[in-house]
Formats: sequence, structure tokens, C-alpha cells
Amino acid sequence: MEEKYALELMQKGKRIDEREFDEFRKIEIKKNIIEKAEGSASVKIGETHVIAGVKLNIGTPFEDRPEEGVLIVNAEFTPLASPDFESGPPSEDAVELARVVDRGIRESKCIKMEDLVIEPKEKVWSVFVDIHIINHDGNLMNAAGLAAIAALLNTKIPKIEDEKIVRGDYEKDLPVVHYPINITICKVGKKYLIDPILEEENAINSKLTIAVMEDDSICAMQKQGSEGIVFEELEDMIDLAIKKTKELRKLIKCR
Amino acid sequence: MKRIDGRSEEEMREIEMKLDVVKRANGSASVRFGNTEAIASVYGPKGVFPKFLQEDHKSVLKVRYNMAPFSVDDRKAPGHDRRSTELSKVIRLAIEPAIFLEDFPRAGIYGFIEMLQSDGSTRVTGINALSMALATAGIPMRDLITACSVGKVDDKLVVDLNGEEDCNGQADLAFAMLPNKNLVTLLQMDGILTKEEIVKILGYARNSCKKIFELQKQTLKERYKGEE
Repeated sequence: MEEKYALELMQKGKRIDEREFDEFRKIEIKKNIIEKAEGSASVKIGETHVIAGVKLNIGTPFEDRPEEGVLIVNAEFTPLASPDFESGPPSEDAVELARVVDRGIRESKCIKMEDLVIEPKEKVWSVFVDIHIINHDGNLMNAAGLAAIAALLNTKIPKIEDEKIVRGDYEKDLPVVHYPINITICKVGKKYLIDPILEEENAINSKLTIAVMEDDSICAMQKQGSEGIVFEELEDMIDLAIKKTKELRKLIKCR
Repeated sequence: MKRIDGRSEEEMREIEMKLDVVKRANGSASVRFGNTEAIASVYGPKGVFPKFLQEDHKSVLKVRYNMAPFSVDDRKAPGHDRRSTELSKVIRLAIEPAIFLEDFPRAGIYGFIEMLQSDGSTRVTGINALSMALATAGIPMRDLITACSVGKVDDKLVVDLNGEEDCNGQADLAFAMLPNKNLVTLLQMDGILTKEEIVKILGYARNSCKKIFELQKQTLKERYKGEE
């Protein structure tokens, strides 16, 4: 019912909460909210709430990349956050979200992975980014992407003494050198829309998530939804993504 | 400057398409791009179990993408992992816009892709095979689905990346479209590209898809030639 109402409104060029089609909800970012984590951030976009925590462990490098640290991004859609989430192994949607956020971070080379080597070929830092959904009111992908980069930007590398990590004592900041920001551009009727609330999101079947770097180059894209996108519209969507990610980058661009 | 396997920028590898490779299935096809080989089969429309997964107004569509353990350099542990979970989802969304699911309420259509050999561009090869398997299964479709990969390797924009280009390239983009409807149904990119490069590379992708579409059509027509 609500979906149908949301769709009818959007087709008339209106939104349930009366925002413009290219207007975000109120965004609130808090950093360093988890004392135990090496880095963390809480992101609220309207009622959507996501927490990202970063933990660093000593690990072994991948065989094909012996001179680099390791990045692992995981997402949990805990049943606490929505009646639609179930406990058990990560759902298809959780896996997709984690992998899209992962690609934004990895492909932008925002973390200097070569600076995470402790002993070449033997020991490196493994950076675990865990994304927890606390409340789902649409646009999880953007909230998760923002939370992940905000958390990484205040992550510190712990001290090592006698080959063991001293938790709570830090040596230096995690080397983060780029600011990739992802945004999901939705197509509804003849218009493009950003930051859908849940009712809108459930009514929209044509979306493209685009991760943009600070120099306007693109580092990841993922088409979502069960409908196709008209070929010529892809360029418009990229233009809008470049424009709107600038607004988001202002919110996170400081340690 | 040629590419590592001697191809020019917009040249695809040798393509081979075969139909009816799985006799038990309602429809099946295999597609090979160079050393990348996918086999796809389709079962249904048929009953959905457990029943609560049925949908009243359309058919359920399920897709499973799987890589054979021997398809890659280092043996892949058999079964589902995060990559195949994501790919199964995006492939389902890539083919869904082509199918008249509303013609089969409460039924299920099942598509399976097995990668027998992997040398880059696996998901798009799988989509091309699944598209033809759906057609031979007699599933009513709005269009065929055609797919290809494009990317940036050694500062050149190229089509149909092989495994080495995929590993060492600067960017890769998996692309699928319904060629007659002009609808893009799969688009996954990673690596760094400027907007101008993306626009150019998407043009390459669309051109390649048109060529692949002609091959798919030709292969399908050949199968039904004798039945008039």
C-alpha cells in the first residue's frame, strides 16, 4: 500500500517527506563511537542508522600480494534493524552491500595497503570493516559507504610489543589517502532521485550505485533493481553522482 | 600496440555457441569466449517448493552461478561463496527484465550457470549462455540478453578482457543489455576511470553486444530451421 502511494507521488514529482528529488535527508555522522574498535563511525541518514567498526589484526598477506595489507569488508543485516531481516548466514543483499562498499574502498586505493606490512611476505595488518545495520529506512548502501569511509578516516594502528598487539595503545593513523563516496541514483518516472526512504525504495526498480573519488573519477559502479536502465541515461546518472557526492564528501573530509 | 594475446582494442576472442547441451533440461546452451566456457540450463516453469515462496502474480525466478573447482589456476573450494552469491543475484536481475514472469503466476523458473573454465569475463559469458538456454526452453521473452566485458588495460580501453587482462588491468566493467529494448540490465565496474572513459567504453560495450546478439540469433535460428 505504502509503496503504491510512494510511487504515485513520485510519478507526480513529489515525495512523501516533501523533499526535492535530489535532496538528502538530514545526515548525522559521529566518529569514534566504539572505544574498543580501532576506528568507528555512526551514520544516520534520516531514520536509517548504520554503524561501521574497524578492527585491525595481524594476518598473513595474500600470496599474490605479499607486500600489501589485507582488507575485508563484511555487512550484517541484524534482525534487530528490520522485520524483513532474518538471522542466519548473510543474505544475498548483505553480501552485495558489503562487496559494493568493499570495491569502492579497494579500487580507489584509499588505504595505502603497502604501508600495512609488518614483516614482508610474513606479517601484515588485516583491516576488518564490519558494517552493522541498526535501523533500516532505505538507502542502506549510501549510509554503509559513508560509515565505512568515516570509520577508516579515524582508524589508528595499534602498537606491537613482543610480536603482540597492545590494544588501546596506538602507533599512528591508518594511512587513508583518498575519499571515495558512493551514491545510489534511482530512476523513477522520468526523473532521477536520491536517498529514497524505505517506501520509495521498495517502489523503485531501477538504480545505479556509483562510487566517486575526490577528483571526480569513478572507482566502482553497480546496477541494482529488477528493471533495466535506458543506455543514454547512464551518463546523466554519473553526472548527478559526481555532483551529489561532493556534498557528502564535505561531511566526512576531516579526521 | 596490440594486446597481450595479439587482439586489437575492440576485438573479441573467438566465440563459440552451442545449444541443447543438457538433454534433461527444458533448455540449455554453452558459450565459449576464448578459454572462458560457461554452460547454462533452464528448468521450468514448474512448481515452487516450499510453497510459501510462490508469488501470486508472477513466476519466481531463481539463478545459481557456480564455478567448477577445476576452472581456475588454484583449485576453488566447491560450493557457494560470497562472490557467487553476489553474482547469482546480479545475473538474476540482468535477465529478469527480459522474461514475461507475469505469464506464470505461482510457478518457478530456474536458471543454472556452471563455469567450466575461467579466463576472465565469466559472468558475462554465463549470461550469454543463460539467455540462449531460456530461449530454447521456450520461456516467453521480450528480448535476448547479451553481455560482454570492457575495461582499461595498459592505458587502453578494450573489450572482452581475458584472465590476465582482468587481473592486471586498471579497470573492468561487466555489462549486459537487452539490445532491442536498449536497456542496460547489468553494470558492474571496478577500477578507476574518468567519466569520459566510461562513456567511451560503454559505447564499445554496446557495439560488442550487438555483435554477440547477431551470433546468438544466428545460432538459435539454425536450431529451428528444420522444423518448418
